[in-house]
Amino acid sequence: MKNSWIIAKRDLGSFFNSPIFYVVTTVFLMVYSYIFINILSFFSLQSMQSGQFQQMGMALNINEMVIEPSFQNMAVILLLIIPVVTMRSFAEEKKSKTFRLLLSSPVHLKEIVFGKFMACMIVVFLMIFLSSYSIGFLFMIGEPDLGPVLTGYLGVLLMAGCYVSVGIFASSLTENQIVAAVITFGFSLFMWVIGWGAQTADSGTGQVLQYLSVIEHMDRFLKGMIETSDLAYYISFIIFGLFLCHRTLDSNRWR
Amino acid sequence: MIEVKDLTRYYGTRCAINNISFQIEKGEVVGFLGPNGAGKSTTMNIISCILPASSGSARINGFDTFDQSLEIRKIIGYLPETPPLYSDMVVKDYLKFAAGVRGIDGKNIPASVDRVIQKCSLKDVGHRIIGRLSKGYQQRVGLAQAMVHDPEILILDEPTIGLDPIQIIEIRKLIQELAEEHTIILSSHILPEITQICKRVIIINEGEIAAIDSLGGLTASLRKSERLSLKIRLPQDSVIEKLQGLEQVISAVKGEENEYLVECALRSNLQDKIAKLALENNWGIVELKPVSMTLEDIFLKLTLEEKEPAA
Repeated sequence: MKNSWIIAKRDLGSFFNSPIFYVVTTVFLMVYSYIFINILSFFSLQSMQSGQFQQMGMALNINEMVIEPSFQNMAVILLLIIPVVTMRSFAEEKKSKTFRLLLSSPVHLKEIVFGKFMACMIVVFLMIFLSSYSIGFLFMIGEPDLGPVLTGYLGVLLMAGCYVSVGIFASSLTENQIVAAVITFGFSLFMWVIGWGAQTADSGTGQVLQYLSVIEHMDRFLKGMIETSDLAYYISFIIFGLFLCHRTLDSNRWR
Repeated sequence: MIEVKDLTRYYGTRCAINNISFQIEKGEVVGFLGPNGAGKSTTMNIISCILPASSGSARINGFDTFDQSLEIRKIIGYLPETPPLYSDMVVKDYLKFAAGVRGIDGKNIPASVDRVIQKCSLKDVGHRIIGRLSKGYQQRVGLAQAMVHDPEILILDEPTIGLDPIQIIEIRKLIQELAEEHTIILSSHILPEITQICKRVIIINEGEIAAIDSLGGLTASLRKSERLSLKIRLPQDSVIEKLQGLEQVISAVKGEENEYLVECALRSNLQDKIAKLALENNWGIVELKPVSMTLEDIFLKLTLEEKEPAA
């Protein structure tokens, strides 16, 4: 754990010393904020109209109509952005031959993998944290329910964890950062849309496909529910990605 | 102590090293010599636990490089051919990081970093970004990284490659200083370097060991004949003929200007006779000395001889 932290700290340093972190975070915040403002103004438009129709006022819920779609959109933006965060992890180490320093140090390979994962997760966490001004703003002007907000953040973080774990695995496959990013993006997107197959597949296969989908497990988190099966899905996804990364790096030494 | 036994390593189907065995005692300074692609780096990578061997074993202080690699990695410092430098880091931060991953306690890190900065004369560049340093300084940072945890064994893969002559001398001096306290394995294809620093040489060619011996031993065992060089003031046409006329002389050829190279049987001690000949014929003797075989000659001889049967 201590070794992982040393490695994570170095990676974070290189994130903050290079423009990558700032560019990625700025783009993320700009796109997210634009979407958030649109969702919010649509909501306020509906609130104003609700005066004219009695029954419509009942359906207006800031959690369901603003926070939930914001989280869903955030998940899409993260899908696009996280490959850029993770692509350097191992690809750059291998390209600039610095990986040998880690390999010849008294550090377990799994500690290295976990350190890289931790660094990327901290970057993603910072990005999400900076975007939370929007939810804070909602608390200032209205009275949203706090519970679903917190579980929503947990869900987004867990899903981001899945992307990061795929990203780190992809980065261990190649020396080329662009290849790593494309693989990460492609695979994450595939895990997102895999549930769409459920509509045409027979019910058994359909259920499996549905369960495999990354986004499927988000819904309950956004509604304020923490279900063991969802937690199990995300955590096993993350661990499986890191495991594959570990195996790849280990087998590279034999070739 | 390093014990390497029947070490073999394949990359796919290509055999990089084949059945290499040698031993290195504590405190020794050993040079790995061989042309590019001979298997020097592969051997070093296996000893420093970066690559596993296809077969055979390497043990350091009794620990196996495959099963107990963590123990070994604590006591070795490795400088690969390309120094593992994060070019966006500041020298001091980089060394702190290296000290951290090499297992030094947090509170001892500043002292260790200061020690190597002192030793590798990096004081002036401590706060500069590694990517902007000259190649010589980068190489020194690489060396500092390898010794920041004060390892018992230093493995240096071509530490002077790509440096200018002054930098080479500086690095060489540094290695010589280090040799007093550490066991050092050094690889190079630059011959004078090995002759200056190492007491023992392992010559590797095409993945196999061509020779292991001390420098003196190598020179002696490979010499099948002795060579004398004779310099004279007043050359005559008949000099070569007369030299060849002497007993035990194998050949005599004319070298540069008025120098003649006489190859003769081992321990024939022909100096007296050649001197006498020179006096009798009024050649005006200037110099008469034995020519010792350089490591370069040995190296070429070994690596070329190996090839001949195959051809």
